[in-house]
Order: sequence, then C-alpha cells, then structure tokens
Amino acid sequence: MLDAKIPGGPLAEKWDRHRFELKLVNPANKRKFEVIVVGTGLGGGAAAASLAELGYNVKSFCIQDSPRRAHSIAAQGGINAAKNYQNDGDSIWRLFYDTIKGGDFRAREANVYRLAQISVNIIDQCVAQGVPFAREYGGQLANRSFGGAQVSRTFYARGQTGQQLLLGCYSAMSRQIATGKIKMFPRREMLDLVLVNGQARGIVTRNLVTGELETHAADAVVLATGGYGNVFFLSTNAMSSNVSATYRAYKKGAFFANPCFTQIHPTCIPVHGDYQSKLTLMSESLRNDGRVWVPKKPGDKRNPNDIPESERDYYLENKYPSFGNLVPRDVASRNAKEQCDMGKGVGETGLAVYLDFRDAIKRDGKDVIAQKYGNLFQMYEKITAQNPYETPMMIYPAVHYTMGGLWVDYNLMSTIPGLFVLGEANFSDHGANRLGASALMQGLADGYFIIPYTIGGYLASTPLGKVGADDPAFREARADAKARIDRLLGIRGRRTVDDFHKQLGRIMWDYCGMARNDEGLAKARIMIQQLRAEFWENVQIPGRNDDLNQSLERAGRVADFLEFSELMIVDALARRESCGGHFNEAFQTEENEAKRDDENFCHVAAWEYAGVDNEPIFHKEPLVFENVHLTQRSYK
Amino acid sequence: MSTKTISITLKIWRQASSKEKGHFETYHAKHISTDMSFLEMLDVVNEQLTLDGKEPIAFDSDCREGICGQCGAVINGRPHGPEKATTLCQLHMRHFKDGDTLAIEPFRARAFKVLKDLVIDRSPLDKIIQAGGYISVNTGGAPDANAIPIPKDVAEKAMDAAACIGCGACVAACPNASAMLFTSAKISHLALLPQGRPEAAKRAIAMVRQMDALGFGNCTNERECEAECPKEISIVNIARMNREFFKASFASAVK
Repeated sequence: MLDAKIPGGPLAEKWDRHRFELKLVNPANKRKFEVIVVGTGLGGGAAAASLAELGYNVKSFCIQDSPRRAHSIAAQGGINAAKNYQNDGDSIWRLFYDTIKGGDFRAREANVYRLAQISVNIIDQCVAQGVPFAREYGGQLANRSFGGAQVSRTFYARGQTGQQLLLGCYSAMSRQIATGKIKMFPRREMLDLVLVNGQARGIVTRNLVTGELETHAADAVVLATGGYGNVFFLSTNAMSSNVSATYRAYKKGAFFANPCFTQIHPTCIPVHGDYQSKLTLMSESLRNDGRVWVPKKPGDKRNPNDIPESERDYYLENKYPSFGNLVPRDVASRNAKEQCDMGKGVGETGLAVYLDFRDAIKRDGKDVIAQKYGNLFQMYEKITAQNPYETPMMIYPAVHYTMGGLWVDYNLMSTIPGLFVLGEANFSDHGANRLGASALMQGLADGYFIIPYTIGGYLASTPLGKVGADDPAFREARADAKARIDRLLGIRGRRTVDDFHKQLGRIMWDYCGMARNDEGLAKARIMIQQLRAEFWENVQIPGRNDDLNQSLERAGRVADFLEFSELMIVDALARRESCGGHFNEAFQTEENEAKRDDENFCHVAAWEYAGVDNEPIFHKEPLVFENVHLTQRSYK
Repeated sequence: MSTKTISITLKIWRQASSKEKGHFETYHAKHISTDMSFLEMLDVVNEQLTLDGKEPIAFDSDCREGICGQCGAVINGRPHGPEKATTLCQLHMRHFKDGDTLAIEPFRARAFKVLKDLVIDRSPLDKIIQAGGYISVNTGGAPDANAIPIPKDVAEKAMDAAACIGCGACVAACPNASAMLFTSAKISHLALLPQGRPEAAKRAIAMVRQMDALGFGNCTNERECEAECPKEISIVNIARMNREFFKASFASAVK
C-alpha cells in the first residue's frame, strides 16, 4: 500500500502543521546543496527561481533554446484563485470543492485543499513580479468565469495568461542566472535519471546542438517536464512536449499514476488534413459568451447564419440548464462527440460543432467582445480563413492535458527518494478531469510555494553521501543512453519517425480517446506492440549523433511513446468504471454520463515498471474522503 | 475553408554548422494544400528528404500557435514572411500562389550565430534580460494583489509591451541588427507598473549597456522592427526606453 504521507489534523490545518513539522535547512547550509530542475515551465521555472533565492545551487535544464518558451506559455484563458474579489460567494473551500468535484472525486483531498489555500498567494506573487493582469477602471484586478464553477475567480492577461505568468518565472530565473545561483542549460534533453544507493542523484542529458552526452550530479532531482498528450500525435501540446523524462524515471523505479486520465478539450479548431502537425486550442473562456449548437436536423449543410433559431439545438444549455455552456471539459467534449455521432456535426468532415458569438455581439457590441477575445478571434481567422465575428466558429474536442503522471506523495516526492515531480508531470491534484484555469495554478503552487519547503525537509533529514558525476552509476547510464542512440541510428529503415508517430496517434485516438471499450483497448494493445516492433526494425533516421539532429530527437521520444501508450491501455482496462476523462462505454448512467464505482475504484492506480514485455505491477493508493461527500456529478 | 493545392519552388539556406559555410539549395514542393501552415509545408518537404535518405532541413518551432517565439526564418527578405502580425508558424500557404519561388534563410545578425540551416542562437536576448529585465522580488511576502491599484490604461500599455515573444524578428529586420525594440519592450513593461519603478533607472542603464556590449546595433529610426514584429510591439517603447535611459543617466544616483 502506498503511503501518501498526508499530515494528520483537520483539513484546513494540515499544510501549516506540516510546514512546521518539516525539518529546515539552515540558511548557511543551503549553499552546500545542489538541486537539478528539469523543465522551465511554470512548475520548473518557479521552482528553480525560488530554490535559488533560498540559497540552493540550482542547475536548470530545458529542451527549448531559452527558458522563456516552455509550453506553459501557450495557456490562454487564465488562472484560478480563491480571492473572492468579486464578492460572489467564493472561498478556499469552494475552490477546493469545485476542483475535487470537477476531478470526479479521484484526487487527494489534502493536496487539493492546499492548492486552494496557496492560490491566493500566487496572484500576490505574480502581481509583485509585474505580471500585467487585466484590470477594472478603478485599478482593481478583473476576473472572468471558467468551466465547472459558478463564481468568477479566474485572473487573466488578455488571452495570453500563460505567457505572462511564464515570463514572470523567467524574469525571476534570469535574476538568479545573473547571480550565478542558477546554472542554465538550454537545448538539453534529459535521457536518463541516475540513482545511487536508491536515491535520485543526477541525470544524463544530450546537448541538442553538439550531440554530446553529459552527466550532472546533485543532491536531489526535480522533474517538471509536462504532460504526455503528444502520445496522440495530434494534440494542443508543443512539438517538443514528450513523456521521455517521466517515462525514463518510471523505468528507473518511479511509479506512474493514472496514465489513462487524459483530458480532451472541447474547444479546439477541427482537424483539416493528414499533414497537420498540431491542433490549436480556442480558450475555454470563449464559452463565457459563445453559445454551442448544432443543427437539429442531421446532415443540415446550410450556411449556419441561414439556420433559424427554431432549427438550432443549443444542446449544452438544454441538457445542463444550471451550468449551460460552462460545464466541465470532459462533459462538454463527450456531448460534442455524441452530437457528431448522431450525424449532427458540421463542417466538411462532420466532426465539428458551432461556437456562436452572434448573441453576445448583439448584447455587448463588437468592441466589448473584441476586447475580451480579440487575439483568439484573430488566431482563429489566421488558421481557418473565417471571420468569427460574422460566421460561428467551428470547434471540436482535442487532446489537451494529461491528469496522470508520476505518482507523488504530499511532499511531491515520487517513489524514488530525492526525485520530486511538479506540475503536469505529476498526477496529483486534478483527479480524473482538470477544470479550466487550474493548470497554471497548480504549476505555480508546486514551484513557488510547495517544493521550497518539502525539498528542504528531505535534504535536512536524509543522509546523502558525496556523489560526483564520475560515479560508476553515471558512466553506466551514459553508456546505456549512447547504446540506445547507436541502435536507433543503425536501423536505417524505410519509414519516417513522424509516420510511426502518426499511426500511434490514430490508434490511441480511436481506441483510448474520448470513449473507450474493452474490445477496442485490447485490440489497440496488440496494434501498439506490432507497431513498436516495426519501429525498431524499420525507422529511418538520417544524420549522426554528434550534430543537431532533430529526427534523432523525435525518434527517442516516439520510442518512449510506443512503450508508454501500452501502459495507458493497461490502466484504462484495469479501471472498471468511468470517471472524468476516462469513459468506458460499459460504465455509464442512463443519461450517458460517466458512472463511477466508488466502492471498488476510489483509488489511485500506480504502476511499477517490470520490463518492456512484462505486465507492470499494480499498486493502490486508496482515496479517503473525510470532508466531502461523494456524489454523482451533476451540472444540470 | 476552400482547399486547393499549389506547387512552389523553395531556395533554402543549408549550413551544416556554425563553423561551416552555408549555401542555398533548391527544392520543389508539390501539391501543397493551401490550408497548411508554412512549417507544415516544410514538414512535408522534410518527410520526403528523409525517405530519400537525405538530411532534412533543421528549423526551430515549438508551440506552433504563435506564442512561444521559437520559430522564425526570413522569407523573401521578410522575417516571419509577408503577413502582418504573424509568426512563421501561423503563416498559411493560402497567402502564396502556385508557381511562387520562395527564398528561406535564417534570421541574420552579428549577435545571432547560425547553428544549423535555419536554426540560430538567440541566447544574447536572454543575456539582456539577465542584466535587469526583472523586478527583484523573492517568492513569498508579496502584499495583497489589489493593494496597489493600477489604472486600466496603464495595465493595458504594460501588457502591450509585455506581449513580446522574444523571437528576434526585430533584430533580423533592422539594417543595424539592433535589439532596441526587444529591450525597450521589457524596459517599458516594467517601468510602466508601480512595482517596477524602484529599479527603473538601474534597469534601463544595465539593459542598454548589455545590449551594446553584445554587439547589437543602434536605432536609426528605420521602423523595420515595428513593421515585422509578429506581436505589433510599437516603437513608442523605444522612445520610452530612451527617456528612461537618459533620465537615469543624468538625473538619478544610479550609475
């Protein structure tokens, strides 16, 4: 049984109490410790800056050419915080409750409550850093609403909230880079985690410009390497987003939790061709003012503006009168799929629904709508060549976020001592479905306000021998990484890396996407095994290792996706219920909503690696709800 | 979307590494859907090169939605191509005609080294930020976010400047390879906000000096930077930077 190390006492006092109980590292001793942080998104960037401010020596790594570009930057809509500036009934408890309920009761109470508590400090910190959040005329901060909530608690900076928050982290990091407390390693990819005496003590990286394999030793390793949505090939993730760092930690003994919990975001620009490299999200904030509809008559190919009111089906408003267009993401996505499955989808492919601003423009005027969403409308028009002020947007669900990730305890430490995991890379706070504007909140909470305490507790209470990068464990890990690269380059087959990746993506989307069933999952598993075998015989990777070689980079990531995808299938098959983003058709209510089985599946499924061709070993962390009552989620 | 296909000729800069000389090579991209993005078109070319056993064209991109700032190349003399306020990843092939010939080369500037083909080293931009592009506030202990009201128009102006994605197109567009638009955007963003005022003088001096030391050129009011900026950052920011810099140089105790 996994021990999450949740502190005792009442929910509201746990974090305070824990911070007091955690051992402290004396300020003068902090400079004796070295910490590796992989990834420079909101989790990693905030962690690197905060740890360096405290006096730790930080080595920070990112895959991009600068720590200002991690994919947190693409988050559009906003960040939640229980400030209750609007006087509309918000509170820490309400944010906690909404997040637990939104996650379909598959997250840990203590973690989520802490997240809600910290949310208010995040906004203070970001404003102090100079994040230019939207303001009211009186100079106070503005808020908007997001899905799964009936209060207005989302702070935003136009449609570029992620960018502005990340630039806040980046500026804090830049200050520490200038002082020398952070050593920055851009254009580096982590290839392996190095363990010495069972503790995480370093990493192997590849310099993406020279191909050099480098080893770095430290007293603790922090992974903040994001999610694995690109296992589907097409997703809203960035091109370099991957599972490799967390998957290779999994292969070194870190448990992987709830890998089948993936979020399909309801409002993305529909797929338009097989050359497509990624999907683009249209912020959920659009559902504040946009109305989702399809024609009542299946196969109605008329221009949307010619379809009269009486022949439109505003299916979310009709089915969920109290939340309307602002139901959580999993519910909105599944309903869109349902409408399209009934033949009511629109557009050339029939795989789209309308998101219509006609009524909002009539009510508030074009200028008000342009001020709120102008940049999103512009982005939509650039991609589709259609003007959303005049023609309703067409949207369809797309893979966006992964709730699953490496298992961590209350201290955000994985099952490997000294390996901490932050942000989307861990599994911790969103259960089976994440609410909008909560990812930014979690990344920054983990990086600014949790890891600075919990890593201190670990370093102060753990005997750590002196380990250098010349230790045999590092030599061995580097040799393994080199052998794998040589093997990849030696194949010289006839199919490109992207070709394999696209095929894997189609398998995952068809059988492990918005709706799943046992038969499809079992079939997908065999298809993945066959594809993986073919990959290692038939992939074509031009060029050499000691060079900037983007095909080789991608090949390493796709090789990991080809193993990891099977773990997702195993997890999906093992969870004999539907909840949040995991919808098994065999488990649904009469109204086609996800039907949980709280008696048997109110737990976190954490998987232990047992070899590529062996079944992973299942571990259970039971979820105990002492403060909220488990209910069938209802947004009616 | 009305889909059609076009065929175009590409003259692409190939350079094996920063140490070797580069040259243009010609490729023919056929049956390109006009709904494709420019980078998707390059993906298609690269897939074919790979199948032919040749090395694909190296180019940077990450988010492919115009916000991360990692992509960028010069298309027929224009950074990020011909469309206004558009990054290369958001440029679509519908803006080109069947039979067009496109010259594609990396962003060029003395301060930016070509690493391979279209991939450049933009780390000098990070070094400018490290010189002072921040507010010196440690994590924890910040006052309530609403404690200092900020007029809406001030917050909007700060946001206009903060929208910079650090792609370097301004440098590539400038005949002097100046980084003034980039530097001034950060100086403006922070100088406009009350939280940024205490360090405004120190910041302006340090960032401008660092910019000069890294080999970026000066501003001679060509306004090419503003014209090519994918986020439409205004050169008003350069005026504000100059004001902050002179004020700091002549009237403040900071040196």
